[in-house]
Amino acid sequence: MLLSLMIFIPLLGMVVVLLLPRESEELVKRVTLLFTLIPLALAVYLFITYDRSTAGTQFSHGPVPWIDAFNIQYHIGVDGLSVTLLLLTALLGPICVIASWRNIEKGIKAYMALFLLLETGMLGFFAALDLFLFYVFFELTLLPMYFLIGVWGGPRREYAAIKFFLYTLFGSVLMLVAMIAVYLNSNIVNGVAEGLRTFDIPTLITLAATQGHALADPDFQMWVFVGFFIGFAVKVPIFPFHTWLPDAHVEAPTAISVILAGILLKMGTYGLVRVNMAMFPQGLAHFTDGIGFWGNSLALLGFINIVYGSFCALAQTDFKKLVAYSSIGHMGFVILGLAAGNDSGITGAILQMFNHGVISAMLFLLVGVLYDRAHHREINGFGGLGSKMPVYTGITTLAFMASLGLPGLSGFVGEALSLLGAYERFKFLTILSTIGIVVGAAYFLWTLQRVFLGNLNPKYEALPEINGREILTLVPLGILTIVLGVWPNFAIDMFRESVTNLIDVLNAI
Amino acid sequence: MQNIDSLLYFSPEILLVIFAAAVIILDLVVKNRESTAVAYLSLVGCICTFAAVLFIHFSFGNEGPISLFLGMIRLDAFSTFFKILLLLATAATILFSLRSEELDARLKGEYYALLLAITLGMFLMASSTNLLMIFISLETVSLTSYILAGFLTHSPRSSEAAFKYITYGAVASGTMLFGLSFLFGMTGTGDLAQIAGRLTELLAAGDIAPLAVLIAITFVLAGVGYKIASVPFHMWSPDVYEGAPIPITAFLSVASKSAGFALFIRFFYTGFSASGLMEAVDWPFMLAIVSALTMTVGNLAALPQQNVKRLLAYSSIAHGGYLLMGGVLLTSEGIGAILFYLVVYLFMNLGAFYVVVLVANEVGSEMIDGYRGLASRAPLVAGAMMIFLFSLTGIPPFAGFFGKWILFTAVLEQGYYWLALVGLLNSVVSLYYYARIVKAMFLEDAGEETDRVSFSTGTFALLSVFVIPTIFIGFLNIFYTFSNISVSVMPIQ
Repeated sequence: MLLSLMIFIPLLGMVVVLLLPRESEELVKRVTLLFTLIPLALAVYLFITYDRSTAGTQFSHGPVPWIDAFNIQYHIGVDGLSVTLLLLTALLGPICVIASWRNIEKGIKAYMALFLLLETGMLGFFAALDLFLFYVFFELTLLPMYFLIGVWGGPRREYAAIKFFLYTLFGSVLMLVAMIAVYLNSNIVNGVAEGLRTFDIPTLITLAATQGHALADPDFQMWVFVGFFIGFAVKVPIFPFHTWLPDAHVEAPTAISVILAGILLKMGTYGLVRVNMAMFPQGLAHFTDGIGFWGNSLALLGFINIVYGSFCALAQTDFKKLVAYSSIGHMGFVILGLAAGNDSGITGAILQMFNHGVISAMLFLLVGVLYDRAHHREINGFGGLGSKMPVYTGITTLAFMASLGLPGLSGFVGEALSLLGAYERFKFLTILSTIGIVVGAAYFLWTLQRVFLGNLNPKYEALPEINGREILTLVPLGILTIVLGVWPNFAIDMFRESVTNLIDVLNAI
Repeated sequence: MQNIDSLLYFSPEILLVIFAAAVIILDLVVKNRESTAVAYLSLVGCICTFAAVLFIHFSFGNEGPISLFLGMIRLDAFSTFFKILLLLATAATILFSLRSEELDARLKGEYYALLLAITLGMFLMASSTNLLMIFISLETVSLTSYILAGFLTHSPRSSEAAFKYITYGAVASGTMLFGLSFLFGMTGTGDLAQIAGRLTELLAAGDIAPLAVLIAITFVLAGVGYKIASVPFHMWSPDVYEGAPIPITAFLSVASKSAGFALFIRFFYTGFSASGLMEAVDWPFMLAIVSALTMTVGNLAALPQQNVKRLLAYSSIAHGGYLLMGGVLLTSEGIGAILFYLVVYLFMNLGAFYVVVLVANEVGSEMIDGYRGLASRAPLVAGAMMIFLFSLTGIPPFAGFFGKWILFTAVLEQGYYWLALVGLLNSVVSLYYYARIVKAMFLEDAGEETDRVSFSTGTFALLSVFVIPTIFIGFLNIFYTFSNISVSVMPIQ
């Protein structure tokens, strides 16, 4: 019940916001903030009261019958992985509302309403335990995102918005085929249909591990794995489905870039863990069979993401595009860790999901701060800002260091664990992947130098320092990067049991 | 059942005839050209007919299918389903016509009388079980639609539409009649159920060549395919949809298609779904190809369109293709999916056309450019249009998604993976052109005309009649049950 409340309170907020008069912009913002703070409070409560000693589903609601004709149920609940991501989502909600406080000029009411709808979609996605519901929430994020990029974005917003929409929809129709195939086979045991078909994820996971069940057939698992994989790969994004990302991130308004990088990319990797790995381990096994020193297919994709993303970032002169490509690189570590399929690999991957959500959110917020002042993002157009905006420079340095993997900050732990796990299985590829870390350090330090050091560009003599509202959005994230850097168990404890459980599933085949 | 006894069960159709005549008479009596009395009278006609349909269904529905007029037409849950659907479409069209400003006030009487007459024809299409009756009902509908398509007498585009419609229609009807004569010649009967039996016997005995049956079916498909605008019989529809008055375009795209599918399902499932026949003539495979082609051609042709009516015409062709997938399957799930999709399609497509009527009235344009900045000029109307368009694309949580989902589930259940993939990739393509209208409305500025457009309360009420089902149908159990009951009467092997 608590969880349902958390998911649907933003939706209620949307209705309330839509009913407010158009003129009262301040009121709209405050109401929106309130309706994003409630889920945050609930998420913190979940985080504190969550029983860390078990991998079982907690705080579940349902299954409540919904569409009887297809045995679709309303069923939600959380395990360690989803509760971590729910916390991240709920945390970024109010931060994004505050970040949008001053720089959304037109249609603030529609913007906030869509934002709240988006939040419901994201929260629901991470909590859904019915495959159909899962898909509906997954798609529910598309519509608000399309408008948020398309209406409030930069100069090429129309192109970026439709590109994002088309790519994601392409992925999700393949996922839909796989989902229907799973549903249709969910009651077939030894070639005979028995009982009702189901969409229930926990049930499906059990069935897929049952000897003789149609879902347990290795070939079936392989095909379904591919369908889901492409759907999620577009979202992560995994090379070669990544080309929507730089466009969407660059054109989206700051807060929406934060959501894109912070949450939407995690929806892809979360789906990979929740559906692909847990439900179709034999499909996974098919793609994680060794292919020589290239590790396995999945690891290879992770490696390409890391190296390709990093080198692309190195070549960028647009600050935001640089951060966008660095996201592709950092998501590669998640894929690499998952591909390793061992304890440290998966733990590292999940930790990296959370950390990247925090760090990339910081980076996009910081880019937004600079853009709001200078109205451009050309890295080479700045210089010497360190003397003008010392506080801003300090926070940016923190975020850069966290992102490039400085030990003591959160980025390091996730990446190190992923690499550690990967090294156990494929040494050569893992060694090659560290190129990404070196290049990552290069582009961040180089950017630091070009923007903050050197001579001050006279144009920016009067550039104001970062203000209190902006600091407010960054401080919680900055604290998290430090805390998780020195005390990663704070997060790892949450999902340790879930990871053990997942590894048992993977080892069972 | 004998002719006289059948009349009671035939009362909805009789009511339609009475009201059509009454509309003509009332039009002669009322002198005031601005009067909307005839429109309201025809609306009352729809309501009375609706009541009669329900009355007959609840009084005699549980007696099982009833054969009327010596086996000419059949009264069953399937035909009742379509009658309700068609009446909804007709009532909506009458309400659209009331708000449309392009219709000639002097010809009101004829217009509404013809609308009721075409509804009668469609009722018969949904219930005919005899070759002769099938042809007559199809022709009733066709001839009336030609007139209605050309109803804008001052518009050359409208006349062109009617002319193209009648030329294509005549060829299609002729071809179909030829096919029907083949069937009659081979079996010596016009009754669909008997044809099924006779053909199976003849094929088993080797008295007729399977090729002859295939030719007959293909020829009949020309007539039916023409009604549902499937490739390669779709060429008329963009021109006709573009030229006809908008309410008629809406009506043709929904009602005509629904009636076409009713006829299609009854014809093929009663007459040609016997297993002996299926072994000889693999018409489902032929249909699967037609279905894949129809949606692909419709979607690809819609991409570059600038005129919204024309765009929706191609989109309607594509939706015909999706629906045909259900017809290929020969399962009750397949038909159930078609019926459910038709209900959803009725609301979302009529809704979209209603917005086209409103925009044509207020902005005076049917082009996508005319929709620019509509979100700031008329936010509720733009929001409704957005919902209709994304529902047509099949994006959750709108009803169109649930419709497609059931359809694709049925297709995958029969193992037609390639067809489902073609259909789903087509949905992705369709997003692009639907989103072009959304883009114009929400993402682009209005240009010089930025004043807000106000609409009457009645407009919003009618709009919400389409918006609310488009959002909620998928979430409610009742509609799934509704379409499943209607399927149960079809003979399925």
